[in-house]
Amino acid sequence: MARHVIRFLRQGRIVEQAGFHPRTTLLDYLRLEERSVGTKEGCAEGDCGACTVALGRVKHGSLVYEPVNACIALLGQVDGAEILTVEDLAQGGRLHPVQEAMVQHHGSQCGFCTPGIVMSLFTLYEQAPRPVTREAVNDALAGNLCRCTGYRPIADAALTACAGEPTPASSTRRAHAAALLHELQASRDDDIVVGDDGTFFAAPASVPSLAQLYRQHPDATLVSGATDVGLWITKGLAELRKIIWLGRVSGLDGIQDRGDHILVGAGASLAAARPYLAAIDPDLDELMRRFGSAQVRAAGTVGGNIANGSPIGDLAPALIALGATLHLQRGSQTRTLPLEEFFIAYRRQDRQEGEFVSCLAVPKLAEHEHLRCFKVTKRFDEDISAVMGAFKLTLSGRRIVAARLAYGGMAGVPKRARGAEEALAGASLDEPASWEPALAAIGREFQPLTDQRASAAYRALVARNILFKALTEIGSGDTRGTRIVGQRERVHAAE
Amino acid sequence: MQRSDGTHLSPAGRGRPETAGEGASPLRTGLAPHPVAPTGATRPLPLGEAGGAPRHVHRPLPHDSAIKHVQGAAEYIDDMREPEGTLHLAIGTSPKARGRIVSIDLAAVRRVPGVVTVLTAADIPGQNDVSPAFGDDPMFAEHEVSFHGQALFAVVAISRDIARRAAKLAAVDIDAERPSVTVEDALERGETVLPDYAFGRGDVEGAISSAPRCLSGALRIGGQEHFYLEGQVALALPGEDGSIHVYSSTQHPTEVQHVVARVLGLPDSYVTCEVRRMGGGFGGKESQATQWAAIAALAARVTGRPCKLRLDRDDDFILTGKRHDFRADWRVGFDEEGCIQGYAVELLARCGYSADLSNGVVDRAMFHADNAYFLPAARIASKRLKTNTVSNTAFRGFGGPQGMLVIEHVMDQIAWATGRDPLDVRYANLYAPGRNLTPYGMEVEETDTLHHIMRELERSSDYRARRSEIAAFNARSPFLKRGLALTPVKFGISFTLTHLNQAGALVHVYQDGSVQLNHGGTEMGQGLYIKVAQVVAEEFGISIDRVRITATTTAKVPNTAPTAASSGSDLNGMAALVAARAIRRRMAEFAAEAFGVDADAIAFRDDRVFIGNESLSFAELAKRCVQGRVQLSEAGFYKTPKVAWDRAKGEGRPFFYFAYGAACAEVIVDTLTGENRVLRVDILHDCGRSLNPAIDIGQIEGGFVQGMGWLTTEELVFAEDGRLLTHAPSTYKIPVASDVPPDFRVRLWPGANREETIYRSKAVGEPPLMLANSVFCAIADAIHALAADRPVPLHAPATPEAVLRACEAVRGRPLP
Repeated sequence: MARHVIRFLRQGRIVEQAGFHPRTTLLDYLRLEERSVGTKEGCAEGDCGACTVALGRVKHGSLVYEPVNACIALLGQVDGAEILTVEDLAQGGRLHPVQEAMVQHHGSQCGFCTPGIVMSLFTLYEQAPRPVTREAVNDALAGNLCRCTGYRPIADAALTACAGEPTPASSTRRAHAAALLHELQASRDDDIVVGDDGTFFAAPASVPSLAQLYRQHPDATLVSGATDVGLWITKGLAELRKIIWLGRVSGLDGIQDRGDHILVGAGASLAAARPYLAAIDPDLDELMRRFGSAQVRAAGTVGGNIANGSPIGDLAPALIALGATLHLQRGSQTRTLPLEEFFIAYRRQDRQEGEFVSCLAVPKLAEHEHLRCFKVTKRFDEDISAVMGAFKLTLSGRRIVAARLAYGGMAGVPKRARGAEEALAGASLDEPASWEPALAAIGREFQPLTDQRASAAYRALVARNILFKALTEIGSGDTRGTRIVGQRERVHAAE
Repeated sequence: MQRSDGTHLSPAGRGRPETAGEGASPLRTGLAPHPVAPTGATRPLPLGEAGGAPRHVHRPLPHDSAIKHVQGAAEYIDDMREPEGTLHLAIGTSPKARGRIVSIDLAAVRRVPGVVTVLTAADIPGQNDVSPAFGDDPMFAEHEVSFHGQALFAVVAISRDIARRAAKLAAVDIDAERPSVTVEDALERGETVLPDYAFGRGDVEGAISSAPRCLSGALRIGGQEHFYLEGQVALALPGEDGSIHVYSSTQHPTEVQHVVARVLGLPDSYVTCEVRRMGGGFGGKESQATQWAAIAALAARVTGRPCKLRLDRDDDFILTGKRHDFRADWRVGFDEEGCIQGYAVELLARCGYSADLSNGVVDRAMFHADNAYFLPAARIASKRLKTNTVSNTAFRGFGGPQGMLVIEHVMDQIAWATGRDPLDVRYANLYAPGRNLTPYGMEVEETDTLHHIMRELERSSDYRARRSEIAAFNARSPFLKRGLALTPVKFGISFTLTHLNQAGALVHVYQDGSVQLNHGGTEMGQGLYIKVAQVVAEEFGISIDRVRITATTTAKVPNTAPTAASSGSDLNGMAALVAARAIRRRMAEFAAEAFGVDADAIAFRDDRVFIGNESLSFAELAKRCVQGRVQLSEAGFYKTPKVAWDRAKGEGRPFFYFAYGAACAEVIVDTLTGENRVLRVDILHDCGRSLNPAIDIGQIEGGFVQGMGWLTTEELVFAEDGRLLTHAPSTYKIPVASDVPPDFRVRLWPGANREETIYRSKAVGEPPLMLANSVFCAIADAIHALAADRPVPLHAPATPEAVLRACEAVRGRPLP
């Protein structure tokens, strides 16, 4: 059974929308249709956060608010969710505690980023475990640019607002919203098609529905979080007349712990995958912390990051180093391949017409296996790598018996350094001279580009130096002398 | 982790920030606040010093729009409800950076359903010129293109989406030639936008060649994108008789009015420009908001309908100017103590394709080539180089930051050459009594302030102990190195174009005692509106919420200067004070006559007027004044005294006064990747007697972080063909929350301005940006730990790549 409208919760009412163009963004809906102009457009590409709104959904039985960049979210993606914007927070003439603290601490100057910042802090206030630290605040704000304040008063406001538990007003609101969202859930199993055969927004509810629809319309664009496809619309002015959204496909977003590996559904958000990856190694937690921003991680998916085939794709090198396997499906046919083989050339993948990524198997680290990841960027948070390196070493005592070394930003695709891998076999952690053949091989294996992120010479040297760091760190068991962010000792200290 | 509560709101959250020297600090340090002229009632009240203790000024009131900001209720131009039938514009741009326009075929654009018209240079009834001064900025390129992204035409359509898509359909044929992109390209072609200019004094060549030591070098300093969160936007409404009302996100409504009139061939009086607030400006909307307003106005004229133009973020990056990038070639002669004897610098500024504000920007770079240091012999020279890139423009500091950074780098070079601590080299050269004449002949009168700020910050930041501790850390840490630097700021306050140092205000008192305030300054987040409202509330003795702040408009206050050069509150605060004082005087005279007392015995406070033993509400007196036919409206006017600058002779007093500050930054650098991070920053900054300490601290912190971004992560990259490659926040990285120093201690210097400024405050908008020079110098200091005998060839911005390049050079294996 298919329905031809989307339904969402807005200001206490269930709203139905049909007849919208599939590429309509949530921000344009809010500003141009609804004329809720409190939410701002700063960049229209999901990097500045001025358009941040909160989407509320019932997940595992409880209402969860996540921050989303409305500028690159599609209107259709809000089906089944509550949309909260900056206009909705003050109640009964009283500011929300986050708003109150922002005023008290002089957290706004020009005020244009403020609505987005308030909404990001609202989700922090609602969701974050207490006590909320300055680091947690920084992470919550990594996707919100402010050009006036220098952030200090905003961070202070966040710490003040989140000093206690959420107020009773918050729980009343949540209970009301949860009840209405429960009503929306009743139609969870419907396939959605808004539009006609030539122009539609579709949201299939099951894998068979998806497989069938995509076979019928192999020219449709598959969208999960729209954190990249959104830019095709706002910047590339792409037509995108047929959009299939994967966010409602039952089971596609599942993550399972299978003992020696985890199975990550293609539709699992980066935020949902983070704790599973973090459990494999603290460097993966740090990598995910620095992946985009809270807004991007809430919307973007593991499958989308792989399927879109970015030459940098911060996640891909780490997953390749771990030896991940990709599962693809076309109609009822499925196949698997090692992740590195999926990437053929710049922006070209081994994906056939009508075929989609269904899930990814990520092996955990075995005993004697060690992982190190290094993401080198101009800015630590919310930036794309100039060079990304992920290295897995298998040891026998102090000797390296096997290495998987994967790089992003060094070629048209995420790529293994096979020559260096071979050269490392047999090297000793205690003899830096034995690393030299591998370090030298890095220079021969890649011919990186010069672009706006870095020069070829810089990339080549950094690729070598981060491998040197990994060897040094695994040798010493310490990262305090080699890192200025993401030191592994901090994790242990916190435990 | 240490909270940043040096800055530092009292526990109640709204208290006064701590100021250095208040409370125990001056006793402990032996510092005394500077003597300030007595403000007793026995002498005539100078401007800005009302009798009695002020109740509204000097208080940390929140921004006037704060409560609206946090609810999304503050209205920006794109938020205004559009009049029925509003049309939307998109710009068609040049695909080449330099060449002759062969043809522009717009047929496909015009055919798109929903496109109403397409505007080109041929549609302009007046002049095709949106330049601020020199006539070299066409609104639409007509015969030749001068940079990639230059506006060729505008599509007018029923929706913004249709206009944007249609604009891509033009067939543009350009006979292209190789563009000039870099400083070197422009030098090779010998192309400039304005004549070279230099000033100085003494026998520089002799001083350098006879000095015991001399050094020379070239420093590259990158530009900076403003990245105001609200992009350029204008909404134009057509009116009677061809008149136009334009809402523009501009720092300079008068300029918008003037340029719209010029483009449309109208008298200025037919054009009104209005702006309630901007979502940030930072100089980017001083001269470069006009083009978009003028195009919207032309569309409104041609179509007879309201027309809105809002640039997409990427277009905003590509189509609007930035901070000038420089190459600075310097030579310095000094003695064994590091004391400079002669300094010669040539500032090679990349201006882009037109002059825009480059005359003043590069002049200001020259005025700040000394920063806080005495140069016995100096030659400060400059070239305004023409490149086929977007025309660079005003950006917070207006050239000052670039001029200053060069000499701070030179201080470090001298320190590395002599082996002295960089701070001691700075002390050796600081302006001092008898050594206080700038290269342009203006005396630095407040040398004591400069010294006190430096010494106090050295003490409070624990500079010397940390210097030793860092040396010990570096000795045992092979890959990670820490660095420390303490640098001063001396920034000249006034427009160097003297006639801009004027302002007007319009104040009305209504018969219910409410007050409407208007002035020529614009609000871009810096808190100007609340500061001026505080001044007016103080003057009338009424609560701040009785002062209604209204949008800046050329219809109320004409012929204004841009809100720029940090001058907003100095100028407009004074103009508002003049207006309010005139009204108050008339009210007092009326009351004196009515109650038979001396006018001097009448006091305005607590929303009341005290007349001898009696009192009545301010509202009651206002009502009686109206009945008594007393004028309760006044236009105030102010012009800055003392300033005079003879550019041809290169001498005079371009600045009313200087604002001072100093910062001490500690960083850590990863010498294997070049990644770096600021660990701690201590700031002591001079705002005179702050009009609003909360607002001023916001300016200091925000300015510092913006400067830190300029010198670290913010990198503009142009391709050889002239395209800007970093045209979005995905590739151009301004600081985020985690970049802010985890330990950030900001204090206000307590001294009053010695000049008669508004309540003895000092301008604060731009100077703090240059406090971030400390970060650049600290990074260089960290790299220097790799090899103490080598200078560090670090260029700005200190991106990871720039840092790693400097590291490798110091290691003797420079990268290609």
